[in-house]
Amino acid sequence: MADPPAHGRTRAVLSRVLSPAVMKTLRQRFQAAAVRLVDDLLARREIDAVADLAEAFPLSVFPEAVGLRQDGREHLLPYAGLAFNAFGPPNELRRRAFETAAPHVAWVTEQCRRENLAPDGFGAAIHAAADAGAITHDEAPLLVRSLLTAGLDTTVNSIGAAVYCLARFPEAWARLKADPGLARAAFEEAVRFESPVQTFFRTTTRPVEIGGAHLDEGSKVLMFLGAANRDPRRWDAPDRYDPARATVGHVGFGSGIHMCVGQLLGRLEGEVILSALAARVGSIAITGPAVRRYNNTLRGLERLPVTLTAA
Amino acid sequence: MPTITVIRPDGSPRDLAVPEGASLMQAAIGQGIEGIVAECGGNAMCATCHVYVDETWADRLPPPGEDEDALLDGAAAERRPTSRLSCQITATPDLDGLVVTLPDRQV
Repeated sequence: MADPPAHGRTRAVLSRVLSPAVMKTLRQRFQAAAVRLVDDLLARREIDAVADLAEAFPLSVFPEAVGLRQDGREHLLPYAGLAFNAFGPPNELRRRAFETAAPHVAWVTEQCRRENLAPDGFGAAIHAAADAGAITHDEAPLLVRSLLTAGLDTTVNSIGAAVYCLARFPEAWARLKADPGLARAAFEEAVRFESPVQTFFRTTTRPVEIGGAHLDEGSKVLMFLGAANRDPRRWDAPDRYDPARATVGHVGFGSGIHMCVGQLLGRLEGEVILSALAARVGSIAITGPAVRRYNNTLRGLERLPVTLTAA
Repeated sequence: MPTITVIRPDGSPRDLAVPEGASLMQAAIGQGIEGIVAECGGNAMCATCHVYVDETWADRLPPPGEDEDALLDGAAAERRPTSRLSCQITATPDLDGLVVTLPDRQV
């Protein structure tokens, strides 16, 4: 992770590419895609809420928004999964990530080049920032790659978390059905409750004291975001999923200068898909075992069989 | 402690005591002002703590930075010349008596 001042320069570019103003231009297209997907799923009734919903929705809007070509997109999720496994610890997940990485990394790296990106997407906007002198031309493809590393699997697991909550907790689902305006808050609360990104590292740049503990320079510090988001000193009934909860201050997206730069995109995707579900689906019934997907950083499901009933 | 008056979309005012050095957003969230969302928690990333500063006060605040200016373009409600992000308004003694109005929506 970069430090100031270099970090500020590259981060400013991503902030602008993913700004609230840009989100406004994407909203209608994302809403339409969400409604289309939910209608398709309702026609099928029996679905896997992970592959068919939590993965399918971001895959239907995110690669397009970046400006990626159609073929090869199947590399995106394995690539992100291995990137988040690579944080360690040095276990089987990490070893396998490195062993299987090459073809996924090769494809992703190739897509970050300017000539492989559509002219109206985030990728092209990042390259344009290099033309304008905000970053160098060598940095641009790396920034596009950071977007592909961090921008998809995180949202998949956040949407998966929200759907899993709404399927498990009928009161929360009823509350959202009664007030679809809660969609964005219901997504945010799922990010707090499940904390799809469980942990993140920082490295001390100098000797420092944190919470009474002395750390040397160069120490690795692992933050447990999931623990902070369920800290009973901070949250009333922390183990309850409540779509109407005031979630401000949760750290599911991190905090400070490295806080998730794509948080508005993640929220937009989460909001529109939960809105579409709330408006069109009557019930989400879990019909088989929810199977965990193990990853060194991410918390989420491999499979969640459900039956959807139309409203 | 500086007092800042927040006028809600329905016109009702509420006085907030804002500790020096704290942001107006932090005080509003801490004291349960509903019209401030502050999704990003004060990291200047989301434009959901938008306020309109009373015109008589507009020139007495430090001007918005480049980031705040860009974020305000994406605010959900209309941007006006007096638009600010309340996470970027830090309470100081000379802001005692500041009046801000909330927009009708933040998202």
